[in-house]
Amino acid sequence: MNEAVSVREQKMSVLILRRFFKHKLAGAAIAVILLLALASIFAGLNPYSPTDQNPTNSFERPNGTHWFGTDELGRDVLSRILYGGRVSLAVGLLSTFLSIVLGIVVGALSGYFGGWTDSILMRITDAFLTFPTIFVLIILGAFLREQQLFILQNSIFVVVVIIAALSWMWPARLVRGLFLVLREKEFVTASRAMGGNSLRIIVRHILPNCVGPILVSGTLQMAAAIITESGLSYLGFGVQPPTPTWGSILSTAQNQIFRAPWLGFFPGFMIFITVMAINYIGDGLRDAFDPYVIHTER
Amino acid sequence: MGTYALRRILQTIPILFIISILLFIMVRSAPGGPLTAARRNPNISKEQIEAIEEKLGLNDPLPVQYGRWLGDMLNGNLGESIKFRRPVSDMIGERIPNTLALVGAAFFVTLLLAIPIGIWSARKPYSMFDYAMTTITFIGQAIPVYWLGLGLIVVFYVILKNPFTGDPLFPVGGMNSRGMEGDPLDTLWHLVLPVTALSLGWIAWYSRFLRSSMLDVLHEDYIRTARAKGLVERWVYYKHALRNAILPLITLIALDLPSLFAGALFVETIFSWPGMGRLFWDAAKGRDYPVLLGVVMITAVLIIVCNILADLAYGWFDPQVKYE
Repeated sequence: MNEAVSVREQKMSVLILRRFFKHKLAGAAIAVILLLALASIFAGLNPYSPTDQNPTNSFERPNGTHWFGTDELGRDVLSRILYGGRVSLAVGLLSTFLSIVLGIVVGALSGYFGGWTDSILMRITDAFLTFPTIFVLIILGAFLREQQLFILQNSIFVVVVIIAALSWMWPARLVRGLFLVLREKEFVTASRAMGGNSLRIIVRHILPNCVGPILVSGTLQMAAAIITESGLSYLGFGVQPPTPTWGSILSTAQNQIFRAPWLGFFPGFMIFITVMAINYIGDGLRDAFDPYVIHTER
Repeated sequence: MGTYALRRILQTIPILFIISILLFIMVRSAPGGPLTAARRNPNISKEQIEAIEEKLGLNDPLPVQYGRWLGDMLNGNLGESIKFRRPVSDMIGERIPNTLALVGAAFFVTLLLAIPIGIWSARKPYSMFDYAMTTITFIGQAIPVYWLGLGLIVVFYVILKNPFTGDPLFPVGGMNSRGMEGDPLDTLWHLVLPVTALSLGWIAWYSRFLRSSMLDVLHEDYIRTARAKGLVERWVYYKHALRNAILPLITLIALDLPSLFAGALFVETIFSWPGMGRLFWDAAKGRDYPVLLGVVMITAVLIIVCNILADLAYGWFDPQVKYE
């Protein structure tokens, strides 16, 4: 019997993958993201260092040696962008993961148990939702960095945690909504009748049915997290120099707007293209997981 | 309707309570605190500091301190700016109208464009217009507002010049040119680029949403009835369909308000617009915590008020919503 179940699951995932790649732009978006990720991971292959200064050839326009030109200190912009991509993509991925885990815990408890648990957790969620996120992020960023603890001064860690701390509400609401519907289903009653405890029902039976919507909302979260991290760093309250990120590169480019108006193009374009690709992946996932989408091709 | 409004306001009390506790925790853990300078001063003895602490009530139990702090907040006393030695409430009061002008103008432009675009895309789905709009909205949603603002400055201030005078095409700093303070036309001129930067993403997002909402509604039976009785198409779309399709949009806008204020923060910073966002950014650079927390507090209250208004508007648009 177990074997039959596993074969069925295999088929399901293959089906979803096939549906996903039917969305051509989503397939292209996956390729773009993979390319960006690989280029960032192997940023070291670039012959220029992101931090080596060379004041004699500052403000070079994009050319054969420096593809994206050089900045005010003569640093290679392409190299800075690739190293910045490591930070921006990692922060986006990690904070999304953390916020979804937190959101699943809150949403599952709230939706499954209902009653007082639900009331209290949802009021807290509502309170967090009325906070103007970016304002609180800036304050928290400033707070945590003035603490004595060494780990809190590592700005990448701080940025990941505070972005997750202020974005778990959306997955929490989504998961709660799904649990409210699914907990009434017959398979839950069946599992309970066979002696399954709450934890088992939540983790083994209900949660697997929520994977699709969670993944789709995860893409939206990740796009938002990347925009937020870049925005924070752009304002000077995110990841701190000398670590380059797309936001901080854009911020320094802004100061050179009259000398070198092209400098601001590349970091912003990287954010833009990444967010756009993630949005298209989300679109593809939505189609792939939605059983009601009618596919003309068979 | 009156009792509903009252109940709705009462419902926000627990939310406000949680927010106030979170804010109080932040106030208490703010680095520095009122006595940092005194502690560093070698001429002030430990006993004197303890006396001041006693006088300011810093040794009272936390719930007592929270009560006092909350009382201050409710009386509009948000503390004093460390840098400017002025009441925070005054500083914010000066900036609120400017932020509301910017956000209001951007919002007006957004609705003016997003609603027709949404309706037209839904009228002829999968047409050339629809595809063009889909592409543009995907781009509009992915452009970070700070990059767009910077790009607008480069194009309309640095590169393009007025061919007659040689001046930049649009102003990019503040609300007025020098010597034109208080001139509404000049302010409108200064609003052009900030409003463009702020509204593009919203136009994309809301027109997209209205399109799918319209498409849902157009399958309803009453639309077929309206057509069957020979109503002109324009009337079917603008009166019958739009009225129901726009309802979810109101909820969405209310939920989006925090991010609208976040967008304003970036635009005000980039274009030196003297609103709350710019005040906040300047205060954040100087670690002026009373100002920072005051702005967060006021923005949270503004958002809650707007949420209640959106709920009431929902009932005004949809007679099916009953206020019991």
